Parts: sequence; C-alpha cells; structure tokens
Amino acid sequence: MYSQALNTKDTAAADSSPQADRFQARIDAEERIEPNDWMPDAYRRTLIRQISQHAHSEIVGMLPEGNWITRAPSLRRKAALLAKVQDEGGHGLYLYSAAETLGVSREELTDQLLSGRAKYSSIFNYPTLSWADIGTIGWLVDGAAIMNQIPLCRCSFGPYARAMIRVCREESFHQRQGYEIMLTLCRGTAEQKAMAQDALNRWWWPCLMMFGPPDTESAHSDTSMRWKIKRFTNDALRQKFVDATVPQGHFLGLTFPDPDLRFDEAAGHWRFGTIDWDEFRRVLAGNGPCNRERLSARQKAHADGAWVREAALAHAAKHRKAA
Amino acid sequence: MSATPLWEVFVRARNGLAHKHVGSVHAADATMALQAARDVYTRRGEGLSLWVVPSNAIIASDPSDRDMLFEPTGSKIYRHPTFYEVPDEVGHM
Repeated sequence: MYSQALNTKDTAAADSSPQADRFQARIDAEERIEPNDWMPDAYRRTLIRQISQHAHSEIVGMLPEGNWITRAPSLRRKAALLAKVQDEGGHGLYLYSAAETLGVSREELTDQLLSGRAKYSSIFNYPTLSWADIGTIGWLVDGAAIMNQIPLCRCSFGPYARAMIRVCREESFHQRQGYEIMLTLCRGTAEQKAMAQDALNRWWWPCLMMFGPPDTESAHSDTSMRWKIKRFTNDALRQKFVDATVPQGHFLGLTFPDPDLRFDEAAGHWRFGTIDWDEFRRVLAGNGPCNRERLSARQKAHADGAWVREAALAHAAKHRKAA
Repeated sequence: MSATPLWEVFVRARNGLAHKHVGSVHAADATMALQAARDVYTRRGEGLSLWVVPSNAIIASDPSDRDMLFEPTGSKIYRHPTFYEVPDEVGHM
C-alpha cells in the first residue's frame, strides 16, 4: 500500500571511484541496476531501508482494514475488503522478495519489524473507528500511495521497479472501492453522510503527512533523486495529491478540515494550511494512537505461527531423509 | 530457527508463451512453495502454469563477464540476413 519518505539521514557516498562514475553514468542513461551489478554501499543501504519500510507498511497496513472485515455492511463490501487486504499481504511479499535480492534475509527484516527497530508508514498508527474509515482509507490512503508508487515504477533498481508495476496494477481497485463506499455514504442518510465527514476530518492531515517531511527538511532527498530511486520531491507529490483529491471530496459534498484551503487561480493549485509536523514526528517515534497495538498484533501473529513454520520445516526434512 | 528456503517463481501467462520470472517465495518444501506462489503471484488470473525452482539451483553468469560473453557476437554481422545483398529485382526474400 505505501512507502513513506522517512528520510533518516545517511551520509551520501562521496564516492568518485571509476566504478562509482560508471554506476552513475548507467543511472543517468536510464539503465536499470540489477542485483548482481556493482553498486555503491550507500545505494544498497538506502534501497534496503526504503524497500523494507515499504514492505512493513504493506503488512502493518493489513491491520486497520482487517479490523472491519467481519463487520462489513454487505457481502459485496466484505468480498472487496478481503481481496484488498489479501492484496496488501501480497504487496508486502513482493517487496520483501525485492529487498532480499540486495543481500538481506527475510528473517532479518521480520526481526527488524517485530523488535520495533524498523519504521513503517505513520498512517497505519491511526485507528479505524467507523465503516466510513474504510472508504476514506481506500480513497485517500491508497490514493496517496498510488501518487507515490507510480514514479517508483521507473526506479533505477530493477526488482523494486518491477514489483511496483505489479503493485500499481492491483492498487487502482483499492482506491475505487474506497471512493464507492464514500459515494454511497454521502448519498445516504444524514447520519451516513456525517460519518463520512467525520472520517475525512480525522484522516485528511495524517494522509498529507504520508508524503514525508517537507523538502526543506529532507537532505536525503537529493541523493535519492540523483540515483533515480526517487523522481519527485515529497512536496511535489503532496501538491499533486491535494490537487487531485480536493475536487473529488467536493463532488462528494464534503468539506476539508483546513480553513486555509483555497484554489490559487494563477498557479492552478489548491493551497493548503500548515501541517503539524510535531504530530508526524510523535507518531514516527512510536507514540501515535495505535503504534503499540499494531506492533503487538504483529508479534502475536508471528509467535502464534511459530509452530507451523517449525512443523513445515520438520516435515520437509523428514521427507528429504526418506527420499 | 533455520531459515525457510527461498524459491524463484516463474509464471506462464498464456498458452504458447514461455514461463517468465516474477519473484520469489519462502517455503519449507516444493508443495508449499507452489501453493505460496499461487497465492502471492496469481490472484488475478495471471497464468496457466507455475514453476518454482530452489533459488540456490540457479547458476547465473557474472555481469562483469558481460563483454567476454556477449561482445563477440557484435562483430559477427554475417549472422544477420541484412549482411547479404539481394538485387531489388529479385523481390522480397
């Protein structure tokens, strides 16, 4: 579902060996880098971090929506939500497998998530309080994810780019089913419309934070742009998202929880108010509304599945001996 | 706990096409690898057939040998039909 530009600062490779020059020349020529190709250590580290954070986000992202599967209001909605959550699981696995091509093991990545050392998108640390939250997540969270993931289809690292192509192809249904839920609620009773409005009020600002810190604060961005891991800055993607989303919200007859939101005729952009970056940092640091709950749900699932993994390996070992 | 083995997954999209690499899965044995590959890589009718191959069974050429392996064919232009001259009057051949 989503990779967030978390931009932990990393000293860029001040590498100017002939190998590094050749590497950069390949990137500049839009060649894809494959796992066995030479690459600077910092490029490898950056990608392992970004791809694994993206994978963790997909896996943790199953939790807020999974919360509503048993309470979906109709069989149609339930089937769609099940398929969507299953997709998120699949997307996590595509991404883990892309990260593993860089020489990190699945066990190591799982351990980083479960021990709380790895980061994942801040958005999944917010609770899903009503059915309208499921509509809002599809519409906004997946909408933001698509904005971010489409340029990643052209990422310089081959396995990541190819995984993103699969993910993007599957993701468009996620956003459409979400908007359909919102449309149904907004055309329903006054209570249903109020529920949709309440969900938008709670999710709007956290969704804008999904694009990561403002460009002025993300020194890491330059290196990622030079390596063509990233194609657009955080702020550019955020603006693109706001421009696409605001008219969709107005069509629903909803208002955005931002008194400063206005259309700038001259620039052709929707201008929005100041984002509360303290909240963003608080949630990333582990103190959002649901951080502990999310992590303990993953830890429990992993621990509860231990006997299955052990039994499967024991069964395979027994049959190898017999053969 | 020992690591769960890694398998490479190949999908044949349509009758007549070759199996194409799509990614990898972890599984304890071949049966479960096939099951996992089906769940992860074919949720929307992507294929008619699946292969899973233990990742460590794949022997790859070293990309740094690229020139030694593939460059020589660049000079063998006589392997291409356009190397040979056929008069226009003869027509398409």
